[in-house]
Amino acid sequence: MTASATAKVPLVEVEDIHTFYGKSHILHGVSLQVGRGEVVGLLGRNGVGKSTTLKTIMGLVNPSRGRVRFEGSATTGLPAHRLARIGIAYVPEDRRIFRLLTVMENLRTGLDRRGVSEARKQELLDKVFAYFPRLAERRNQAGGTLSGGEQQMLAIARAMMLEPKIILLDEPTEGLMPRMVSQIREIIEVLHREGVAILLVEQNVPLTLETSQRVYIMEKGVVRHQCAASELRVNDAVIHQYLGV
Amino acid sequence: MEVISDFFQAIPYDQILIQTLNGIVTGMILALIASGLTLIFGIMDVVNFAHGELFMLGAYIGVVVLATSGSFWLALVLATLVVAIIGAALQITTLRPLIGRDPLTTILATFGLSLVLQNYALWQFGPVARKIQEPITGQFTLFYLEYPWYRVLIAGLSAAIIGAFWLFLKYGTYGIWIRATTQDRVMAQAMGIPVPWVHTAAFAIGAGMAAASGVLFAPLVGVNHSMGLDWVLKAFIVVVVGGMGNLGGSIAASIFISLLEAYASIWVSPAQAVIVSFVVLILTLLFRPTGLFVPTPK
Repeated sequence: MTASATAKVPLVEVEDIHTFYGKSHILHGVSLQVGRGEVVGLLGRNGVGKSTTLKTIMGLVNPSRGRVRFEGSATTGLPAHRLARIGIAYVPEDRRIFRLLTVMENLRTGLDRRGVSEARKQELLDKVFAYFPRLAERRNQAGGTLSGGEQQMLAIARAMMLEPKIILLDEPTEGLMPRMVSQIREIIEVLHREGVAILLVEQNVPLTLETSQRVYIMEKGVVRHQCAASELRVNDAVIHQYLGV
Repeated sequence: MEVISDFFQAIPYDQILIQTLNGIVTGMILALIASGLTLIFGIMDVVNFAHGELFMLGAYIGVVVLATSGSFWLALVLATLVVAIIGAALQITTLRPLIGRDPLTTILATFGLSLVLQNYALWQFGPVARKIQEPITGQFTLFYLEYPWYRVLIAGLSAAIIGAFWLFLKYGTYGIWIRATTQDRVMAQAMGIPVPWVHTAAFAIGAGMAAASGVLFAPLVGVNHSMGLDWVLKAFIVVVVGGMGNLGGSIAASIFISLLEAYASIWVSPAQAVIVSFVVLILTLLFRPTGLFVPTPK
């Protein structure tokens, strides 16, 4: 593929996916795209399938219909660990820190990969410790002993260890103090500057509109609306209609 | 005063010391078997009913290698490696396809494996027990006993293997992968850890440790096709008492129960002393079902 053709192919392309949990039909044909280095917001009320969409992209849930493409090639059916290696990282809603592993060991789960030199590993560690000095202070402490905000930082830092092309970020500010929320906002902006794409699921609408370029709004398992984030910043009728805020 | 001094004189100090040593030796062997069992349970939620047969298989491979090469140490190393490879193959063919199914299916699968392996050994080696000669035959005097150095060596080697395993889990990359997968299989996968292969490797390590204990213990009891049964039963008790899936707990419980049994056999016959393990098991299940040697869950 030539460079210009690569630029046209979206980084992640979700095409009409249907996902079931047992017998309950969660996603009824979701389609969306995320471009290289793009921050895309995914809004919607609780239980409309936002998290399930992220899990399906990560390969943690298999869609019964439709497909997911990453850099132009189909990834549907590939195990999550393969997807993590080719550049998709996942920060789940409940953070899912390895509670009995230390902060350092949590980071090493993403860092100890084939083909990463010791120097590069140190560089990556220095970088996240510069963003999150709290983690550096607590590097030998068990993940389970960290506060909620620190666990969220660790979950993001751990995802960054994979040097991903996209991070699937599920409700990163949920239950955090305002000071922590602004730190999450900063890190999203830093990642964006570095060219990492982000698919951001959030309940915090202002934060999503400020950090994203484009926004999808989901309702009952389908995407109902998509537009530039700037549009919603000036016209909040759509927000009222779908989110009731 | 006289009552008290009579009481202290009635304590058989020499026997207690001997039994402490015996208890530690069997405790270390048991810990080696139980470590593998608890590792496999912790990471895969698989109760491996074939664990005793991997122990037995290790002992038989030890017999064969010893007969051809004459070296006990070569037998120990080869038996460990061969059974680890067999363990990996068994995991890939029988357990991997069952991941995510009802735990009952894995119980049936491993129980089936256990029957196949036992009958294979019976068919291949016959019902007569084989003997493995201990590599060192020296003894030292302990009160009225000539105590074999080999028993002390068993305890030392088991401790060394468990210690090496612990260091691997604590500091090795693959050790971190095993611990991460044990805690959260899904998140481990999302971090790029190849979980199916981590499962296979954990099973292979558990199998190898069972085989090593089989070879180490064989000189004391003889090798036959059903030698795994007693040990695996005791290992299950230890794993439950220590807290399912908890490595440190299993090791502590192994030594604790073996010591209790050893002391009990000062006063009752060794066959009756086995009751002690069951009493500990029942009391644990009644009063502390999460395990004796784990922190109280919040």
